[in-house]
Amino acid sequence: MGLENVIAEALPEVLTTRLDSLINWARKSSLWPATFGLACCAIEMMNATSSRNDLARFGSEVFRASPRQADVMIVSGRVSRKMAPVLRRIYDQMPEPKWVISMGACATSGGVFDNYAIVQGVDKIVPVDVYIPGCPPRPEMLIHAVMMLQDKVMKESVRDRRDIPEEEAREAVVPGTLPVTDGSTARQNTLPDSRPYTIASRHERRRSS
Amino acid sequence: MTTGPENAAQTPEQSPSSEVPPSPLVAALQREHAEWISEVVIAFGETTIVVPREHLVAACSFLKTWPEGRFDFLSDICGADRGVEEEPRFEVNYHLFSTTKYHRIRLKVLLNEEDTHVPTVTGLWKTANWHERETFDLFGVIFDGHPDLRRILLPDDWQGHALRKDFPLRGYEPYSLK
Repeated sequence: MGLENVIAEALPEVLTTRLDSLINWARKSSLWPATFGLACCAIEMMNATSSRNDLARFGSEVFRASPRQADVMIVSGRVSRKMAPVLRRIYDQMPEPKWVISMGACATSGGVFDNYAIVQGVDKIVPVDVYIPGCPPRPEMLIHAVMMLQDKVMKESVRDRRDIPEEEAREAVVPGTLPVTDGSTARQNTLPDSRPYTIASRHERRRSS
Repeated sequence: MTTGPENAAQTPEQSPSSEVPPSPLVAALQREHAEWISEVVIAFGETTIVVPREHLVAACSFLKTWPEGRFDFLSDICGADRGVEEEPRFEVNYHLFSTTKYHRIRLKVLLNEEDTHVPTVTGLWKTANWHERETFDLFGVIFDGHPDLRRILLPDDWQGHALRKDFPLRGYEPYSLK
């Protein structure tokens, strides 16, 4: 049970401005990126973390190799159609709260590669919070994007990210009714045909602040 | 500029169609196995030999072990689509290099659109494995005898061969996980 659920269920009529400020300050001050350097923009991302332009000043102390320990995914570089399901899987493995920065022209809109192999914008696959233009963008632009993301995080409310447990989770609370996943259950996780690669993510229903 | 097999033995002054003498390598090859050579093109300092498909493996194996050649390094195998109306439509180029003698040669195999089968040279150079997979993936040229012919660059469930001239540049459908 996340913090948001506890607050929403325990204090439904209470304004949470002070708590929002505290939580958002904590979140924005320690945005740990997941390494997702794909192409040339990754070089500039490395530059942004090196000593000349130091991204760690802004809280991005470590680039976590495991998405399970990361807050923000910086998609730097062109995403090919072969890589797209992998990117979606890494995004799904990140725990909430999570954000996405689309770095560079190729991640934002396909860049110069308007062809069969490159996804024309990573926002066709994951929801993006900040877009950075450039080919490649300067490291200062990436730092500016992280600062913009921090401003965006500060404006969020802790109630926005409340997630509704699904029916399976509700049933699991009652002993003896854990859902059995052997393929024979009547309840299938229905997903649209146009998205065969991943389970429908409820995080896409979150409101953007 | 091209020189046919009949001009090989002539000196440069006597052959009217060429200004550059054929290299000694090509001349020696023509002496040894003239039936393998359909055409020789020497341009920009590069030598290209057009080989019929049935003699490809024999020619490659000969060039690899021949003391004059010693082409032990396969630089590249690449395909080309000459155009939808061209006849023959596809060509497969083999770029060979000799690490001991430092000379290069290109072998070219021309294929019609209906019959895009070529014998594999994986037995001679191991690197041909991936190069032939790439040529199959992007052009649809099938290499007979290849141990593992499947797509290498495009996704496994891709339909079509992407570098053919009749494949649209932007592909057939936009990609979206929505």
